This record gives sequence, structure tokens and C-alpha cells, in this order.
Amino acid sequence: MQYKDPRLLVQPSPLLKQQMTTHQTMRDLLFALLPVTFAGIWLFGFSALLVILASILGAVATEWLFSPAEQRAARLVDGSGVLTGLLLGLTLPPALPLWMAFLGGVVSVGIGKLIWGGLGQNLFNPALVGRAFLLATFPNAMTTWSTQASGEGFFQWYPSNFALPFMQPHYDAVSTATPLGLMKFEQQSTALPDLVLGNTAGCIGETSGLLLLAGGVFLVLRRDIDWRIPAGVLLSAAIFSGVLYAIDTSHYPDPLFTLFSGGLLLAAFYMATDPVTSPLTPRGAWIFAVGIGLLVVLIRIFGGFPEGVMYAILLMNAATPLIDRYTQPRVFGKE
Amino acid sequence: MLALSTLFKHSFSHGIHPDEYKDQTAALPTQRMPFVERYILPLHQHLGAPSKPLVEAGQQVRRGQVIAGPGAFVSTSLHSPVSGRVKAIGQRRFPGGRYEQAIEIEADLYATQRLEVDRPPDWRGLSLDDFVSVMQGTGIVGLGGASLPVHVKYSLRKGVKIKHLIANGAECEPYLTNDHRVMVERPAALLKGIEILHTLLGAEKSIIGIELNKPDAIASLGERIPSGQPFRVAPLRVKYPQGDSKMMIKSLLNIEIPKGLHAADLGIIMNNVSTIVAIADYFDTGMPYIDRMVTVSGPGIEYPANLIVPLGTPVREVLRFCGGLKAETKEVLMGGPMMGTPIASLDAPIIKSSSGILAFTAQQTARPKEVPCIRCGRCVEACPYFLNPSKLARLAKARQFDKIKQANVAECVECGSCTYSCPSGIPIVQLIRGAKSEMRGKRGKA
Ligand code: SF4
Ligand code: SF4
Repeated sequence: MQYKDPRLLVQPSPLLKQQMTTHQTMRDLLFALLPVTFAGIWLFGFSALLVILASILGAVATEWLFSPAEQRAARLVDGSGVLTGLLLGLTLPPALPLWMAFLGGVVSVGIGKLIWGGLGQNLFNPALVGRAFLLATFPNAMTTWSTQASGEGFFQWYPSNFALPFMQPHYDAVSTATPLGLMKFEQQSTALPDLVLGNTAGCIGETSGLLLLAGGVFLVLRRDIDWRIPAGVLLSAAIFSGVLYAIDTSHYPDPLFTLFSGGLLLAAFYMATDPVTSPLTPRGAWIFAVGIGLLVVLIRIFGGFPEGVMYAILLMNAATPLIDRYTQPRVFGKE
Repeated sequence: MLALSTLFKHSFSHGIHPDEYKDQTAALPTQRMPFVERYILPLHQHLGAPSKPLVEAGQQVRRGQVIAGPGAFVSTSLHSPVSGRVKAIGQRRFPGGRYEQAIEIEADLYATQRLEVDRPPDWRGLSLDDFVSVMQGTGIVGLGGASLPVHVKYSLRKGVKIKHLIANGAECEPYLTNDHRVMVERPAALLKGIEILHTLLGAEKSIIGIELNKPDAIASLGERIPSGQPFRVAPLRVKYPQGDSKMMIKSLLNIEIPKGLHAADLGIIMNNVSTIVAIADYFDTGMPYIDRMVTVSGPGIEYPANLIVPLGTPVREVLRFCGGLKAETKEVLMGGPMMGTPIASLDAPIIKSSSGILAFTAQQTARPKEVPCIRCGRCVEACPYFLNPSKLARLAKARQFDKIKQANVAECVECGSCTYSCPSGIPIVQLIRGAKSEMRGKRGKA
């Protein structure tokens, strides 16, 4: 029995708390992705904005629909649905039919997160689950890359955006190849400045290396993400591709190309670092990150697809429970 | 580079860096709290068996007179902090809120309150065994938090040889400055105490570990160490929980005490600096443990202070002496903000382990809304005992007591670093404490 002074709270210690909260982390992530998003919209025009909005809408609507009524408002503002939708949107090609983007958002949250039991329970990165679904279902639409609109074409959109559900989208002569596609199928490299600034074809949010890097550094400095994961992913990818490059410079891409092409930066800073789907301990994080870096290069160079980031992360997501099992912290005073 | 490597050597892995909040009181000289009308002395304010009362209601007692004797070997004595009259022996409030058997003494407000005690024995003539029995009569307990009667620590198993004596002056809990003031104001007594213990134990080295945020204490002790004595002051990195005994041993000697063993098994004995000063004071004047240093601080306190308070003084009186609680005070803690106990009733007394009385406002007591664990691993990186707090919390919530035992819950020292770092607002250490007390089948610390 407690006999308590009426004015006093009896709340167990500790009373001190560091400032960072999970919600704040998600807000920071959204904030760090804003420049990349704007750059994508600038580069690919109005269409990019529509694709991103469609995918966010799909994600948030699903989150809202399946939340218990009394938690709905809280879940909408907790940012996790918006974040998933935005991350998915950034990995989509700008000319994708909007209904596909919307469906991708629905699958991301529904199958990527909710059926596992909600925030914190899922095994795979939700945005990548949505993307994998889209790639498997609409391989054509997902690999048709448009040339950039950059400024002058800002208000023109791709007609394919408005394809009706379940109809073949119509593509006109805007399609081109991504730097990775050029490398894979034509052994043709792309100039580094173009890669860094984003003057290439690709997914909406993956082309502008500089902004991705800046946002990532911001997150690392704010301690929102574990620095070991981007460091491990990028280092191992660079070293592995550097070794290959040293063996045969004409055949294999150089390490800088590896780092700045495709979705590697976006994935290393914003997707692989998702705490829910990466290992718990620092040692586990290193194993996880190095695994992703190696798999990315392996798939890109020896696999059938030009890009392997998505599969690399999903594979390592699947390995996370195993990594966690073998990297439990060693108890103090126990060898 | 050298400085960097020494810094790293003098610390342990993991841990946290909470704001210190020590400025309010760190420079305030210690004051003596005046005598009040009523004292409450719970019989069970140390680890082990409760003390047995040796006085009766109505009896006159002197300041320093023994009023309860040890109830077992692991138990200690209790002395009257004032001259006065035993008013009653009965159930009184303990800081945690529950009622406990206690001796209530009504002070004689016109008495001189001079300490009248027997001359202490000369420590030079004592063997370690003599020392142990003398200590049990002084009521001194470890003041670092656990309140283990001091004689228990010094009754070594056969064959144990102590090499290192460590004086723990880390005081890593935010807000508290009582150990700091003791080291600044009474360096000679501390060094005297170390000399006594060092000699009695036949130790090889004695080390005073002090966090770097107390440069005045480090300097004043460093200057006074007599030449030729194998004593030294070791500055330590400011990090919580640097004052945890196993962490401090790791920091100072780079020894990781194996699981299941005690420091003494490796030839190390550690005591808090205030405990050592209390021992020195006893051998100087014969004063038993009747006064303690208390830091009164926190945003809810009008006039923060470092006080010498007679044991048994009601918390209400201590707060009144410091100008009372501010209106916006929400919670009062006894001890530090990380590991302290919430005070349920201001009638509860200062006990031997009350290192601080801290008053907090809504800013500190507000808890963030709890959201699911996002497996970010911050608690894992904070836990100084290399446990997996997120797992312990999950198992505690699910009441899977077998699994939580396998996950080494017994090693958890309840330092609270995990709860401090969790961005999802999960009360990890609170869940662990709950599970532990349920597993013991006893009531918790409340
Ligand atoms: S699990 Fe225990 S020892 Fe580890 S940080 Fe939490 S309270 Fe401290
Ligand atoms: S700090 Fe909190 S959210 Fe992060 S892993 Fe630990 S329990 Fe989970």
C-alpha cells in the first residue's frame, strides 16, 4: 500500500532523458529527404511530384484504414506512413503510371508493415517491399526511364502517368537508359559530374548524389541513423568494386561510379539504416552493412539486373534475425 | 595523442552522458542543518537484517548513544542523532512510502547536543578482525548507494589478500555534489581514512578515483598526499555510471570483474569517499554514524544547498530549511535522478543512504508517450553491463521470467542508462525492476 503526499508524484527514476524521440527521428528523416525530393521534381518535372504524392497517398491511406479508430490521428502524424510513401516514391521512375505508384504505397504499408504487426515488427524494409512488388508485377513500367525535363519542361508531364489502371501505358520517345544500364549493357560509363549533380536518367530520388550525401551527413551528425551502416555499405562496395576495377579497368566500373550511380547512396543512408530492419548491435550493423555493399556489387556486375541495391537490402533484412542471434552483446565480466 | 589514450584508459565502455546540473550546488560550502523537534530512525536502513531496538519508549537518550544493535552479522547499529526522549517505537513512513518499524525520538530543544561518546580505540593497535567488530558498533554503511554495513565488506574470506584500496569519488549522478564537497572541504580526513584502511588491509596501492568535472577536489587531494605513501588520485572521464563499482574498477585498473565474483576476490576493496571520511571521523572523535551529507537541489528547490543533516530528520524539515518546495514541484526524489527513490511522503526521514533530496518540476517528470521499440540499439550501446535492455524489457513485459533470467537480468545494476537513451520512451529499467522484484516474490523498492 502506498500512502502518498497528495501533491507528489511517485514515479520511479530515472527522471532524466535524452532529447531524441522516435518521432523526432522520423521528422528529421523527412527533413533530410526534402532537398532530394525537390531536386527530383526539378529534374524530372511535375510528373515526379505526382508520382511521389500518389505513393505517399497510398501509404498513408492504408495506414489510416487499418489503424484502430482511436489511434488514427496519432498514426497520421507519427510520420512513419508518410516516410514510407516518400521513400518508395523516390525509388520509382518518374513516368510511372500514378495508379501503380498508389498501389505500391498500399503494398508497402499493408504488406511491408501492417501484416507484421505494425511499427517495429516488420522484417523487411516496407518501401522496398512495395518496390519489389511493383518491379515483379510491372517490370516494363518500372524499367522505362525518361529523359530529364530540367527546367524548361517542368510543366509537361509524361502521358504514361495517366494511364488507366490495368491498361498498357503508352510511352513516347522519351525513354532512355540509366547510367547503370549503360554500363551493364553497353559498357559505357557516365561522367562523374553528371552523376554527382544528378543529370542522368534514373529513379526520382536517386540521381543527385550530392544532396543525398548532404542529407545523410546531416542524419549521421544528428545521430538519427547509425553511422556504421552507410560507412560499411559504401566502403565495402567501393573496396570490392575497386578490386575488380584494378583487375580489369575496361570491363568493370570504377569505385566512384559504383558509389554515385543507381540507388546506392539513397539506400545506404535512408533505407539500410531503418533501425527496425537492421541488426541491433554495433557488431551486427557492420556485418549487415558490409553484406549489403558486397551484394550490391555482386548483383550489379554478375547478376541479370543492372541494379542490385534493392535485393541486397532485402536479402540482408532477411538475414537480420540470424545476425542478431549471433551478435548479442557479451555480458560484462564473461568471456 | 597521449592525453587521448589516457582518457580512454580511464573509462569503461558504453554508458551515457547526461547533463550534470551540478553548478547549482558544487561551489556551495556545506552548512549544518539545525536540530528539529522530531527524529525518525527506521530500524532497517541498511542491507541485511534489521537492527534490534535497545531502548524503550519514554527513555532519555544522548546524542551518539546506541539505540539499536545489529540483528545479525549482516546488520549494523543505530545511534541517536540528538539528545532527547524516545517517544515511541512503531510503524513510521519510509521514503518509498511504505510503513516500517522505526524509533521516534523527540529532541530536547534546550540540550547542548554535545556529542558524549567513549574514546575510540587506537586504530594502530587493531587487527583487521578487531576493526570489523568495532565497525559494526559504529553504524557506518557504504554510502555509495547499496548501504552494505561497512564491516561486512572488510570481513574477508580466508586467504584473500587485498592489493588495491579504491576510494570512489566519482559521484556520477547528476545534481549530487555531497561527495564533491567532502573531498574539497575535508581532504585531510579522507587521506587519514585511506591511511587507516590501507594499513589495516596491508594494501599495496590506494587510488582515489574522481571524475574530471571536480578539478578542485583532484587538486586539493593531489597536493596533500604525503610523500612516500602509495596513494594516488586518478582523474576519470565524466560518464555515467562511472561510480558503479565494477565500472570504476574497469576504468582504474582495467580489470573486468568476472561474472559472479566480487571485487574482493580479485584483491580489490572499494568504498565511497564519504564512507571513508566517516571511518576517519570515528577514529578521530569516536563519533558513530549519526549525521550525513545531503545535497538538496533540483529545479523545485528555492535555495539549493549542501547540508550536514542528522539522520532521522524528516524530509519536510530539510526542505523547509532550504526555503520550501516551489509551487510547481511535481516530484521529490531521494538520491540521484538516475537511481533515486521517489518520496511518497515528506514525513519520511533522511536515512543513511540519502545522498540527495531533489525536487523536480513537470519538465523532468513528463514522460514521452511510449511508442513501439524500433530496434534502434541505443539502449544496447548505453548498457555498461553489455546486456540487451530492449530484449529484457520485452521479456519483462511478457512476464517470461525463465527467459529473462537466461538473458542475464541478474547482472543489471538498474543504472537506468537504457531508459535514458530510449527514443521510443520505453521505461526499460522500470520494467526490469518490476520483473526482478516479482521474481524475488517480494515487494519492490517502491
Ligand atoms: S539493462 Fe540494467 S545495467 Fe543495462 S543500462 Fe539498463 S539499467 Fe543499466
Ligand atoms: S533504445 Fe528503445 S527503441 Fe531503441 S532498441 Fe532499445 S528499447 Fe528499442
